[in-house]
Amino acid sequence: MTDIRVPTLGESVTEATIGKWFKKAGDAVAVDEPLVELETDKVTIEVPAPAAGVLSEIAAKDGDTVAVGALLGQIKEGAGGAKPATAAATATGSPDKKTGTTAPIKAGEEEVKARGQDKPEAATPKPSGDMPLAPSVRKLSAESGVDAATVPGSGKDGRVTKGDLMAAIERAASAPTPVGQPAAAVQVRAPSPADDAAREERVKMTRLRQTIARRLKDAQNTAAMLTTFNEVDMKPVMDLRAQYKDLFEKKHGVKLGFMGFFVRACVQALKEIPAVNAEIDGADIIYKNYYHVGIAVGTEKGLVVPVVRDCDRKSLAEIEKNITDFGRRARDGALKIEEMQGGTFTITNGGIYGSLMSTPILNAPQSGILGMHKIQERPVAHDGKIEIRPMMYLALSYDHRIVDGREAVTFLVRVKENLEDPARIVLDL
Amino acid sequence: MSYDLIVIGTGPGGYVCAIRAAQLGMKVAVVEKRATHGGTCLNIGCIPSKALLHASELFEEAGHAFAKMGIGVSKPKLDLKQMLVFKDEAVEGNTKGVEFLLKKNKVDAVHGTGRIAAAGKVEVKGADGKSQTLETKNIVIATGSDVARLKGIEIDEKRIVSSTGALTLEKVPEKMLVIGAGVIGLELGSVWRRLGAEVTVVEFLDGVLPGMDSEVRKQSQRLFEKQGMVFRLGAKVTAVDASGKRLKASIEPTKGGAAETIEADVVLVSIGRVPYTDGLGLKEAGVALDERGRVKTDAHYATNVPGIYAIGDVITGPMLAHKAEDEGMAVAEILAGQAGHVNYDVIPNVVYTYPEIASVGKSEDELKAANVAYNVGKFPFTANGRAKANQKTEGFVKILADAKTDRVLGVHIVGADAGNMIAEAAVAMEFSASAEDIARTCHAHPTLPEAVKEAALAVEKRAIHM
Repeated sequence: MTDIRVPTLGESVTEATIGKWFKKAGDAVAVDEPLVELETDKVTIEVPAPAAGVLSEIAAKDGDTVAVGALLGQIKEGAGGAKPATAAATATGSPDKKTGTTAPIKAGEEEVKARGQDKPEAATPKPSGDMPLAPSVRKLSAESGVDAATVPGSGKDGRVTKGDLMAAIERAASAPTPVGQPAAAVQVRAPSPADDAAREERVKMTRLRQTIARRLKDAQNTAAMLTTFNEVDMKPVMDLRAQYKDLFEKKHGVKLGFMGFFVRACVQALKEIPAVNAEIDGADIIYKNYYHVGIAVGTEKGLVVPVVRDCDRKSLAEIEKNITDFGRRARDGALKIEEMQGGTFTITNGGIYGSLMSTPILNAPQSGILGMHKIQERPVAHDGKIEIRPMMYLALSYDHRIVDGREAVTFLVRVKENLEDPARIVLDL
Repeated sequence: MSYDLIVIGTGPGGYVCAIRAAQLGMKVAVVEKRATHGGTCLNIGCIPSKALLHASELFEEAGHAFAKMGIGVSKPKLDLKQMLVFKDEAVEGNTKGVEFLLKKNKVDAVHGTGRIAAAGKVEVKGADGKSQTLETKNIVIATGSDVARLKGIEIDEKRIVSSTGALTLEKVPEKMLVIGAGVIGLELGSVWRRLGAEVTVVEFLDGVLPGMDSEVRKQSQRLFEKQGMVFRLGAKVTAVDASGKRLKASIEPTKGGAAETIEADVVLVSIGRVPYTDGLGLKEAGVALDERGRVKTDAHYATNVPGIYAIGDVITGPMLAHKAEDEGMAVAEILAGQAGHVNYDVIPNVVYTYPEIASVGKSEDELKAANVAYNVGKFPFTANGRAKANQKTEGFVKILADAKTDRVLGVHIVGADAGNMIAEAAVAMEFSASAEDIARTCHAHPTLPEAVKEAALAVEKRAIHM
C-alpha cells in the first residue's frame, strides 16, 4: 500500500484544493500517471501516481482543502508493478512537465491515526460522494454565508458539526481586518426573495479566485495607492517593429512584440527611480537592485502573473521568448509556482481587451504597476501640426508611502520617452 | 487442519464475532459449553427476563388499567407455569436462531468446555468427557461473566437465587428480598412484584441505579416506590439464615447502627457480575488479567499473548450485550486487516422496567465533575400527546448539550418505550449532532419520540408544547 500525499507546493504555499480526480477508486494506475489536480494559491498542479497498482482509496474528494503532506489516497500495489516514485524527479527541468514540485513526500508521524495504526486503513468505509450537511449546519451556513465546505469537520468521517461552523464564524468575525479571510467568504448575504433565489446560482470560488480576491484587497488596504497617467506615441516602436519583425523572427525564432520594448523601457526607468522597484518591510525600505518584471496574463481561470527574471541582463529577444512561453503555459495551467514568485515590478496590458484607460491595483508588496492600454489613432499636435498618431495611454499606480509624486511622474515620463525614442533604450540614456 | 479463528463462548459477543469473521472470509469455529448458543443473554439473561417483564406488565395492566379503557375482564388469573413456558419459548426461538445463523455462515460449532492449551491451540472437553484439540491462528475469548456472589450467602437457586433462579421460581413468593438496586434487581424485582410479591430492595449505596444520572435515579426511585417497591438504601445484607421455613436476612445500615432482620420467601442476589475465566487455562497460557480479574487487552482487543484476543464482559467496560457485539465485530474486522472500532462514548444503557429507563452518553453528574459547561433541555411525557392518549405519562426526556457548540453530550429518558427511543439519540451522537440537529429533524406525530425533539428544542429554551 503506497500513500498518495500532497507534495510540497513551493514557498509560502501550505494548502491546496482538490480540483479534480482523474481516477476513481478501483482504477488501475501506472507510475507517474496523473491522478489528481490540485489548485493552489498560485498554480494548478497534477499529482502523479507514486507507484503502479490500483487506486484503492480516495481520502480527499473534489473541493476538499488539503494541507501539504496530507493523505490524498492510497495505491494498492499490483503484482510486479510497484516502484517508488523516484521517476518524478528525473522529469524536472523539462518545461512541459509539472513534476518538479510534485514528488510525494512522507508525512509526519502525527498524520497517522492512533487507532488501527498498525493495520492498513484501506477497508475503512468512506462516504463515496456527497455528505449532506446537518440541519443546524445548513441553516447556520445559509445565515452566515460561511461555506461549510471550507470548514474542517470534526464529526464522523470529517463531517462539519454545528460547533465546527460556529467556531469558523467566530474566527472569521474576530479576524483583525476583513482581509484576513477571503473577503467574499465572510460576507453575510441577505436572503433573496424566493422567486429570485431560484434563479440564482451559487458557485464555489476556485482557490485561484479566492487568492486573487484576497491579494487585491490586501493591496488596497495596505498601500497608499494612487495612479498617474501619461500617453505615448507608439509610432516609433511600431515603425521599428514593422522594419525588423521578419528579420527578428528569423533570427530569434520568436515574434517581435511590443511587450519587450515596454519591459526594457521600464527597467531603464526603474534604474533611475529605484523607489518604484522597492518595497516596504516594517520600518525599512528594501531597494532591489535586480529587475524581475511580472507580466499579467489573463487565463480562463483568472489572472496569473509570471515573472521575467533579470530583465536588465536579458536581450529583447530573450525577454520576448520568456513572455511567449509564459503566455502559452499560463493558458495550459502549466506554470510552476516559483515562476510566479519574486517579481519586483508588474506590467499589465488591459489594451488587449480594448481598455483605453484604467487604474491597475498594485501586486503587493511591489510599489509600482504599469498599465498599458489600447493603441488608438488620435489626432495630436506635432510640431505645430495636427497629425493622426497611434497613441496609447499609460497608467502607473504606485505606493505613495515610498514613491513620491515627482518620482512617479518622472518614471512614467521616462517610460514614455524611451518608447517614443527607442534609441534611448539602446544607448541606455 | 487449522482454523483462522476460534471464538470461545457464543454469547452476543462471541457469536457476532464468529459471524463477522466468517463474512470476512475466515475459517471460524466456536466453542460453547452450554447445549444452546447465545450465552447468558439469550439463555438466562436479557431475553428470558424481557419475556417475563412483558408478560407480567400485561398481567398488571389487565388487572388495573383495562377497566378504565372500557375493557371489561374478570380479574386476571396467573398461570405461572404457562408464563414460564412462554419465557422458555422466547429463549428457544432465539438460541435456535443463533444456531441457524452460525450454520448459515459456515461456522463450526463445537460443544464442550474450551481451554486455551497454548496460543493457537484450544482444547475442548465434551460432555462425554472426551477431549479434542483444535488448531487456530487466532483465539477470541468471549466467555462473558458470571453472577457476583456475596460472602456468607449461599445461592441455592431455589430460595436464595441469582438472576438465573429468579427466572424459574415455581411459585410467586409472598415476600421477596432483592439485594442490589441495579438493573437486574429492579427488573426481576418488578416482575415478581407485578405477579404479587411484596418486594423489598436493599441497596448498599444511597440510591437506585448507581452510576446513572442523579435526576433519573431520583425520579425512577419515586416511580418504583409508587408501584409498591420498598427500598432500604444505604444498607447491606450481612447474612441470610435459611434454616427455617422462611429466610431471615440480617440487614445493617452501612453507616453503622442496629441490625435488623427481614423475613422473605426468596432472596435475589443481584449485586453485579464478575468476569468468567474459570478453567480457561489463562494462567498457563500466560494471559494477563487485571486487578479485577478481567482479561487485559489493548485498544485492539489483543491480550499480552500474540494471537489471543478478548471481548465483552470478560474485559473492561460496561457488561452489556450490545457492547460485546460491537467489540466482536470490531475484533473480527481488525483480524481481517480492517480498522475495527467501538465508540465507547456512545453506548446506550437501558433498564427494562416500567417505565423504561434509558441513557446514552454523559450524565449531568459526569459533566459537572468534568467541569463541562452544558445546557439542559427537558421535556416531560405529561406534555406529549401520544403519552397522554395512552395515559402513560410517567417520566421525561433530558438532553444535555455542550453550552458552546450545542453538541449532544448525553440523553436520558425515563418513560414507556425509552429503550426504543434512545436509539435515535445514539445515532445523533455518533454523528456528533447538535441538539438543534435533533430539533430540526421532523418527528412523526403523534409519537413518543416527539418528546425527544421537544427536549432538543428545550435546550434552546424554545420547546413548543410546554
